[in-house]
Amino acid sequence: MSQADSAIDWQPVQFRPRLAARRVLGGLFGLACRLAALAAGLVLGCLLWHVWRQGGHLLSLRFLTSFESTLDPLASGVKSPLWGTVWLIGLTTILAVPVGIAAAVYLEEFAPRSRLMQLLHLNIANLAGVPSVVYGLLGLTVFVRWCALGRSVLAGAAALALLILPVAIITTREALAAVPQSIRQAAYSVGATRWQTVRDHVLPAALPAIMTGMILALSRAVGEAAPLIVVGAVAYSRTVPTSPLDGFSALPIKIFNWSELASPEFVQLTGAAILVLLGVLLGTSALAVGIRAWYQRRRLW
Amino acid sequence: MPRPECERQAATQPDGAKMRRWQRLREGGLEGVLLLCALVSVATTMGIVWVLFSESLPFFRHVPLTEFLFDRQWAPRTGQEYGILPLLCGTFLISILSLAVAIPIGLAAAIYLSEYASRPVRQIAKPVLEILAGIPTVVYGYFALTFITPHVLRPLFPSIEVFNALSAAIVIGIMIVPTVCSLSDDALRAVPRSLREAAYAVSATKLEVSTRIVLPAALSGVTAAVLLALARAVGETMAVAIAAGSTPKITLNPLVSVQTVAAYIVQVSKGDAPTGTIEYQSIYMAGLILFLITLAINLVAHRIMARFREVYE
Amino acid sequence: MVTVSRPVAATQTLNLASLVSARPETIIDQNSSPVIRTEDLTIRYGSFAAVRNVTLDILPKQVTAIIGPSGCGKSTFLRAINRMNDFVDGVNVSGRLMFLGQDVYAPGTDPVALRRRIGMVFQKPNPFPKSIFKNVAWGPQVNGYSGNLAELVEESLRKAGLWDEVKDKLDHSALTLSGGQQQRLCIARAIAMQPEVLLMDEPCSSLDPIATARVEDLIDELKSQYTVVLVTHNMQQAARVSDRTAFMLMGQLVEVDLTSRLFTTPHDPRTQDYITGRFG
Repeated sequence: MSQADSAIDWQPVQFRPRLAARRVLGGLFGLACRLAALAAGLVLGCLLWHVWRQGGHLLSLRFLTSFESTLDPLASGVKSPLWGTVWLIGLTTILAVPVGIAAAVYLEEFAPRSRLMQLLHLNIANLAGVPSVVYGLLGLTVFVRWCALGRSVLAGAAALALLILPVAIITTREALAAVPQSIRQAAYSVGATRWQTVRDHVLPAALPAIMTGMILALSRAVGEAAPLIVVGAVAYSRTVPTSPLDGFSALPIKIFNWSELASPEFVQLTGAAILVLLGVLLGTSALAVGIRAWYQRRRLW
Repeated sequence: MPRPECERQAATQPDGAKMRRWQRLREGGLEGVLLLCALVSVATTMGIVWVLFSESLPFFRHVPLTEFLFDRQWAPRTGQEYGILPLLCGTFLISILSLAVAIPIGLAAAIYLSEYASRPVRQIAKPVLEILAGIPTVVYGYFALTFITPHVLRPLFPSIEVFNALSAAIVIGIMIVPTVCSLSDDALRAVPRSLREAAYAVSATKLEVSTRIVLPAALSGVTAAVLLALARAVGETMAVAIAAGSTPKITLNPLVSVQTVAAYIVQVSKGDAPTGTIEYQSIYMAGLILFLITLAINLVAHRIMARFREVYE
Repeated sequence: MVTVSRPVAATQTLNLASLVSARPETIIDQNSSPVIRTEDLTIRYGSFAAVRNVTLDILPKQVTAIIGPSGCGKSTFLRAINRMNDFVDGVNVSGRLMFLGQDVYAPGTDPVALRRRIGMVFQKPNPFPKSIFKNVAWGPQVNGYSGNLAELVEESLRKAGLWDEVKDKLDHSALTLSGGQQQRLCIARAIAMQPEVLLMDEPCSSLDPIATARVEDLIDELKSQYTVVLVTHNMQQAARVSDRTAFMLMGQLVEVDLTSRLFTTPHDPRTQDYITGRFG
């Protein structure tokens, strides 16, 4: 009976499997991996808690609608940068979304599968990895100087549009590729041209994913400061843009500017501005999720 | 992709031929417009290359290459010193440190997600990682300066400066963990299940299977992921500008203030360097260096990734 | 009752019978205590029962073949023996599965220890992307083999009939071998662990006929040292190679008997139908 008890654990003489030790090691490793996965969540929580603790008490409608005050820092508001960010979102959307969708449609639906197109795809992938400051430099030269747009919100939006274009194209392409071939073939079989197929069948099917991708790309643009600083956004402003050619500020720039000032009031102000920025981002993400849910409910298949 | 050919009966539509010609013209025009949009990306690349090279050329006419490469001081505005080494050193220091943070956490988290986690856990983890990746870098910089340095680092290293490379490196590491984790997770999952089963069948534990069979098999995919994360760390600007200060120096000490190539560009742009001055030209030169470094890393990473995909798909 | 059987069916049974009778007489001890015994084993994936109430004994130092149409649960049953099913989400095992008298699914049983005693060869060869030597040596190394690894590798490769073909290139990648060689390498890898039992899940289904014949010869040699459980969808292979055959259908064990008897005079009409090609 004793042999049967340990029948499974019996080893021929030369094996020393040290199963207990390996089990313990395995357990520790599993624990370490779990902790690593948790660490990300912990840091996120820590960050949000810290920001809230610093600036949460400053959040109010007044904070959103008043300008900055040099005399009494704690009375400052983020009206100017907030409106600058709003303008940027609008203009960047107008510039980047149509071009991005058009480019992706061409690459995915119309382009021949040739070596040249592969190079084009590689080019877009590389552009997605170029640092954002470089787009700022590009914008400074091309839009601010050559196109004589000056340090305007339009120039800033154009630089941001170029920044997010590669990512927008890639996610749109993925959305288009996810549409089953059978839909296209059904359209062709009733005599539709390629453009008609894309316009009436493929695009509508891919639209939720495209919109989600676009909104995520725009969220990235919302948080960018470096290219805007290079293009010439101002850090301190008591005006709001009224035309695309006006000067502008933006929330990330204000955050950068305030975080350089060491006194405690500014630490709190920065925290509050960060909360506003995160709120804007949360709003756009919620919009993305909402649009996707709405579309999926409407869809018949 | 099949080209649709439909022959309508010309008899049923008297001007069918003309309509088809007009339709084909319109289609061609539309395709042309779409092609133009796709070519915007080509124009962007050409624009970047042209702008960076042409605007930094005057800089190199002013500063000899040997001085640029070997001078150990960078002070264009005050001291007329134009050695790039301090900026490169700062970039290198912060990037390597951030990888030291991101690789263990990202890879361990990836192993957890692909080898240990159940589906509900994976469904929570993905959104959390996306949120982490979506937080703007200025926020990370603020977090580094106002929380990590005073409350985490100062207790450990009392002599640490207010602006230091370590805090910036830590937050950049956290920022790129989602990149490392999700790309490594993809690479690990690409390893076929049969390989894992073979390893379990010779009496190996999960630790041994994960680290000695699966991970080596996914190694090139993981390497590509790390390289892409490195490129992001190199290009990172705002967190460094806020948390690491703006004093370029050649040092490997993470407790002092340094400046990176990218942060330098922002520092000058913030100020009032007039067009045409050497300071103004220096930011284009810095941009060129940055562009070339990240381009090289990205090209290598994509090459490795393509070869990895060939093996497993 | 006279049944009109189709000529094909009749030839089929004749062929199987001739395969069985062509083998040399082996004396099979039907009274030795079973190495593996299942009692009322039921395996569910969610609500679907892949294996239902199977009670089967696997006797030592014999080749037991499990045949049946696809989806009958034979692979699931095989994988339950060395607890490879543990890696599937939502699997539920009830009943008992005993290895050398010990309950494999008892809470205290360590599957890692179990898998050292029970080796497995899979349907598609799956060598590690390492050298040939490393493939065979990895398992023993990880399990603390303290003897001479090179000797163990050579011995295992010899037993698998692969030594002569690879002795000059042990450090080459295993992926440079042909399909049949890779499968024999996988067998060598399993043997190197010195198991009691070898589970083989359709080991020849992705091999060409020549490689298949070599593996079948190998199985015949191996049974002098190991207990072999062979799952196969190829009845002729079962007739050629096995000592006992079990027929499974829709998760249930229909019949188990000496191979010679099962293929010539099966008891159950379903077995008769299957081996004469009426379905499957």
